[in-house]
Amino acid sequence: MSTAVTDVTVPAEAVDPAPDPAAPGPRRKLPGRRTLILLLVLATAAVYLVVRTSAPADDDNPWAFRFFSGVRDWVDANRDTSPLFLYGFNYLRLGVSLLVDTVHGALYGLGWAGLVAAAGALAAVVAGWRIALLAVAGFLSFGVLGLWEESVDTLVLTLSAVLLAVLIGVPLGVLAARVPAVGAVLRPVLDVMQIMPTFAYLAPMTLLFLIGSPAATIATLIYAIPPAIRITALGITEVPKSTVEAATALGSTRWQLLGKVRLPLARPTIVLAVNQAIMMALSMVVITALIDAPGLGQTIVQALERVNVGAAFDAGLAIVVLAVVLDRITTHAAHRAAPTTHRSVRLRLAGPVVAVVAVVAATVLGRMSSWGAEFPAAWRASFAVGVNEATRWVEFHWYDATEALKNVVSAGLLDPIETVLTTTPWWLFLVVVLIFGALSSGPRAAVIAGLAVAGLVGLGLWQHAMQTLATVLVATVATMAFGIVFGVLGARHDRFALVMRPVLDAAQTMPSFVYLLPAVALFGASRFTAIVAAVIYAVPPVVRLVERGVRDVPATVVEAAVSSGSTPRQLLWKVQLPMARRGLLLAANQGIVMVLAMVVVGGLVGAGALGYDVVAGFAQREDFGKGLAAGFAIVLLGVLLDRLTQGAGRRADDNRLRRPAT
Amino acid sequence: MPPTIAVDHLWKVFGPKADKVVGTPLADLPRAELRAQTGCLAAVRDVSFAVEPGEVFVVMGLSGSGKSTLVRCLTRLIEPTSGEVHIDGEAVRAMNPKRLRELRRHGVAMVFQHFGLLPHRQVVDNIAYGLEIQGVGKAERHRRAAEVLTLVGLDGHEHQYPDQLSGGMQQRVGLARALATDPAVLLFDEPFSALDPLIRRDMQAEVRRLHAEVGKTLVFITHDLAEALSLGDRIAVMRDGALVQVGTPEELVGAPADDYVADFVREVPRADVLSLRWITRDAAPDEVLEDQPLPAGTVIRDTIERVLRARHPIPVVDGDERIGVVDAEQLLPALTGHRPPVPA
Ligand SMILES: Nc1ncnc2c1ncn2[C@@H]1O[C@H](COP(=O)(O)OP(=O)(O)OP(=O)(O)O)[C@@H](O)[C@H]1O
Ligand SMILES: [Mg+2]
Repeated sequence: MSTAVTDVTVPAEAVDPAPDPAAPGPRRKLPGRRTLILLLVLATAAVYLVVRTSAPADDDNPWAFRFFSGVRDWVDANRDTSPLFLYGFNYLRLGVSLLVDTVHGALYGLGWAGLVAAAGALAAVVAGWRIALLAVAGFLSFGVLGLWEESVDTLVLTLSAVLLAVLIGVPLGVLAARVPAVGAVLRPVLDVMQIMPTFAYLAPMTLLFLIGSPAATIATLIYAIPPAIRITALGITEVPKSTVEAATALGSTRWQLLGKVRLPLARPTIVLAVNQAIMMALSMVVITALIDAPGLGQTIVQALERVNVGAAFDAGLAIVVLAVVLDRITTHAAHRAAPTTHRSVRLRLAGPVVAVVAVVAATVLGRMSSWGAEFPAAWRASFAVGVNEATRWVEFHWYDATEALKNVVSAGLLDPIETVLTTTPWWLFLVVVLIFGALSSGPRAAVIAGLAVAGLVGLGLWQHAMQTLATVLVATVATMAFGIVFGVLGARHDRFALVMRPVLDAAQTMPSFVYLLPAVALFGASRFTAIVAAVIYAVPPVVRLVERGVRDVPATVVEAAVSSGSTPRQLLWKVQLPMARRGLLLAANQGIVMVLAMVVVGGLVGAGALGYDVVAGFAQREDFGKGLAAGFAIVLLGVLLDRLTQGAGRRADDNRLRRPAT
Repeated sequence: MPPTIAVDHLWKVFGPKADKVVGTPLADLPRAELRAQTGCLAAVRDVSFAVEPGEVFVVMGLSGSGKSTLVRCLTRLIEPTSGEVHIDGEAVRAMNPKRLRELRRHGVAMVFQHFGLLPHRQVVDNIAYGLEIQGVGKAERHRRAAEVLTLVGLDGHEHQYPDQLSGGMQQRVGLARALATDPAVLLFDEPFSALDPLIRRDMQAEVRRLHAEVGKTLVFITHDLAEALSLGDRIAVMRDGALVQVGTPEELVGAPADDYVADFVREVPRADVLSLRWITRDAAPDEVLEDQPLPAGTVIRDTIERVLRARHPIPVVDGDERIGVVDAEQLLPALTGHRPPVPA
């Protein structure tokens, strides 16, 4: 190969071997960002070595705990006298309680046969007969598993919360889309609500609404409402401008536009919003077992406390079945809601009529006959024994392997990180967050993150927060590693993606609680268990985002790189991954928020720290203040992690545009 | 010397049973019928041609005629269904992945219609990409990138990012990237169709200049006839995946193989492309002729003045041999666009 293009036309003997003096050499760059970051890291390490403390335990009874306990005492003393409660929260509780009782009465009034028929009929009408079969089989399985009442209780709470979420969320979504001021106010609120781990909602709810179904319903409502608002708003804003223009040109009023153009066109999206609200609600309802809500969650919590994986498995299975049935019904309904689907009027009326007749018949038959009162015991089946045997087998045969893995990760990764974090004085941590936050996400995000750190200090839970953070970091690293590997594999091998997709779909419809089960089965109760559960929980969306990021790299760029002779590995490292950087950072942001949510739930299975504080707060009266403070600490930790990573994703885009061209 | 590129009975069939078409009676069906019967699409049908060293070979045809597919089959960016491609005498379809990468790294580079630049890299690193993946050191590849940058007239833009450049400049980067590895063959797939007409003309001039300077073998895809005529030493016209004619611009305009080609070249000013060879007539036995003959290869437009001023017909010679004469009567149909007689 000759050294310069111009040489080709020149006779060989005329080639001047000396490089062209005019050709500019590589430029010396000023010490770049990278050097700066390296220096800062070194400086941080040096300062840490000088000022590290010997990890003192947190204050036993800091100001914040006493404050929250005081609040609680005040609330308890004044619940029946303060106007705030008398005319506010208590009415809210009564109203929600009434709603829950009504739904409860309706579902139980149908009897099991009637309810199974109702599920099938509803599915048949809105989603087609295949889904109807699925719904019937699914509901029957609740009875077969011996969890009929628990399942119906869960369904009652879910439906109540979703009903409220839709009634409030859809109008709010429309408002947010149509009134810019409302949208601007709602957006940051929704942002924070969506990164709040489920656990953080519970304690404040008990304070205001006591424990039990109403508090659970309201917590679920708060958790499920953000997607309802968001997606509805999205659906309304996505209505094509030209259609609206045409309707306006014909003289429609604003209300006519909304009722006759915007809402009908946004209908499939709104059904999707309902779907999302249902899935969120279901996963929250299960967790509200911790504040005494009835249902499948109770079964799981009790089983987990006894580390009875088998018993938890049946309940977990019932939850998954419920999730799948509800998801399929609503996603198919969303497809059917598309304005382009037409069916004849007669067919449209006939379906519901037949459905109602079927439900009435099943209910009446069930009421009259002896077998209708309770689900026939003869049909029962349980996986508990089998699962417990399998778990025991695994424990027995894999003990060395699982134990080794647990110990290696704990000793090699978790403990060192935890030690460093807990022995760092809070002010050093704050400075580091401010500096690196500003570098990676800009000053605004850094200040918010810094305030979150200050809040953690103020809550008096510094040590616990750092322990939780250590667990979150380890789990996030593992999540990203698995997520990138599977995401890249999926993007590069269509067949792999084809196999993986239904697994991911299923994984993403499962409520988070269920993920604890396999982790507990393999690793017993420990910090590591929480990490495993968090990884299983957070990997699917990360895989999705990574795969999308890599697949979104334009085919033209990939082709150009291949035509230059890139090896598959070079293509991945030099083209696909760098170009998918935004997707990767988005995945990291999502992953870290989900990991935090799950690590906290891991407090139930031995993860300790903040999650345990929250659980203990429900269990013991004297720990209430601490539990509530821990709930807030979790939120602050979430804000901290989210700001630091979300900003990085946004900056990846404009960073390079902002750099001056030389 | 073997031709730089030799293509032999090349087929590319897309579809579910692609390999069950070639060599069966199905192969003789027209494209549309094949598609209706089997769901397969013959994007390239039985194409053969050879490109000589240093030649500019243009492939032309309507959208969907298979040009892009053909050019991608040359380096197996698209795997051919059957047939053979030789580059510098070596069978491309027999190459293992490693050898194929070598070919793409050193032998054949490509310029794309949509540029395919890496948005996360500065111009200089885009250009040096080919060298980087070969393991060339940073200093050396940046030196080399700076050289080709000068060659394509982009001095001073090395530290910008692709989206900070105009379309024309981006394509110059694409061109520089292809030149950086100093390949013997450059493939262009409609490199300028995304650019506006003025810039396109600039870039065509650029390619002509580069070809003169660096003397590479070029395969140039276009659906723009003017571009084809101005760049091509020879032009291949494709239709529905098959080659309908391969020839010099003159042959295409003077003797279109069928109506499809004739349609293509209808608007071409014939006097600008055709030489005298196409319009001579035999001299009458006792005709008086001008003394000074014209060479047969002269483009008609360049002879207008002399022919019109001459009092007698002018003899036309090919070397020493007289092949006929021209006078104003022969010239006028070429100028006004009437179809000339096919030469004997
Ligand atoms: N990967 C593919 N799978 C199936 N069909 C394809 C594929 N790639 C191209 N084709 C079809 O092959 C035919 C030829 O496509 P090709 O891109 O080679 O045309 P072209 O001459 O380059 O057209 P254009 O001028 O629009 O670029 C088209 O009908 C196209 O639809
Ligand atoms: Mg093309």
